[in-house]
Amino acid sequence: MFDGPEPIYLQIAQMIRAQVLAGETAEEEQVMSTTELATTFRINPATAAKAFGQLVDEGVLYKRRGLGMFVAPGARERLLARYRARFFDEVLAPALAQAAVLDIPTAQIVDYVLGRDGPDGGVDGVAPTSGSPTGTPV
Amino acid sequence: MTARPAQPTTAPPPFGAELRDVVVRYRRRDEAPALGGASLTVRPGTITGLLGRNGAGKTTALALLAGFRRASAGQVLVGPAGAMEDPFENPWAVMHTQLVREGGDVWGDDRAKDTLAHYADARPLWDGDLAAGLLDELEVDLRKKPDEMSRGKRSALGAVIGLASRAPLTIFDEVYLGMDAPSRYAFYDALVADYAEHPRTIVLSSHLIDEVERLFEDVVVVDRGRVLLAEPVEDVRARGVSLVGPADVVEQFVDGRRVLSRQRLGGTAQVTLFGAFDAAQRRRATDAGLELGAVAVQDLFVHLTRETGRDREAQR
Repeated sequence: MFDGPEPIYLQIAQMIRAQVLAGETAEEEQVMSTTELATTFRINPATAAKAFGQLVDEGVLYKRRGLGMFVAPGARERLLARYRARFFDEVLAPALAQAAVLDIPTAQIVDYVLGRDGPDGGVDGVAPTSGSPTGTPV
Repeated sequence: MTARPAQPTTAPPPFGAELRDVVVRYRRRDEAPALGGASLTVRPGTITGLLGRNGAGKTTALALLAGFRRASAGQVLVGPAGAMEDPFENPWAVMHTQLVREGGDVWGDDRAKDTLAHYADARPLWDGDLAAGLLDELEVDLRKKPDEMSRGKRSALGAVIGLASRAPLTIFDEVYLGMDAPSRYAFYDALVADYAEHPRTIVLSSHLIDEVERLFEDVVVVDRGRVLLAEPVEDVRARGVSLVGPADVVEQFVDGRRVLSRQRLGGTAQVTLFGAFDAAQRRRATDAGLELGAVAVQDLFVHLTRETGRDREAQR
């Protein structure tokens, strides 16, 4: 867990964003405390606090004094807007670049997106799965 | 020494700790000193990792901070920010500093119970409930004498004393020795949980870097009696980068950098490089289809201290 190149606090922030985006953590729902986060992942509490600080700045979380951290109203919508804007550049463009390298014709990609078989019913028996977006926002 | 209340009513703030150009000579003047001009700062309220090879000077540095010994030259300071003092023969600083060394710092032929009673008395912030709970979890029998215990149980007893002291400066010097993995992880968990609830300054020296690097906020590396680096652990991690991808693409990014490790499986290679990658380089690498990873503190530590090890061999 948290083996990426970014500082650990950014990876934690990303994990919480992904949970909000997926609807696993609802708006106005309480998230783990700094202590819980630190003990769960055996990390320095300052690292956990830094992740929360980042998410508060982004409007994903807010602090209720004496109670803890909660998902902000509208947090999911804000994240959706942000990642929709990035989807084409950061997810689809690399996938299409990979398709070009593999000589996958655009028509086949379009058919895949539209859920149809290729012109002669599934070209070469190759399932067009490579480069499919995993949906993990960066 | 000015008079102070013996039992302060409020907990003192976390201590900072500092070595300023400290020299410690154990034996003859012509022998290499244990510390030869070491300077470091431990920020108050952090968990700071002290890393170094055997004989690097870790234990000497920690004994100085705890007031257990005096520097041959230079300055040692501990205390709350703005009120730091030399800890040597300083009852106030000693009362608020808990050093636990290898073997637990316990009296071997007294019952563990008596050792615990001593520390409960000596440490104003002692938490008996915390001690009892942890001793139970780590299965330490207080009726036994530490001499009759296994090394792991003796270490566990020391670890519990360190945590339960809640001292504003708590120092663990390779306290894990002999503890099995479940006990070590129970100790780490207790440390994180109690530190989060009761902020204080904790200095932890360890050879098990992989196990503890995420507990640290700051890292100090000592080597041959000197401080090689002292900085936030995130900065340490940013001193290198690991790249995974097609071997030929990976090699383009090596580009004269120092390679800490290189693995190859068919057409895929993984290299760990020394030296920071800036945002533009990261983007170039990602665009080229490479996967970027962080560098384990352990790998950097091995790299940083290996060269000086070679020098040391050459001098013999």
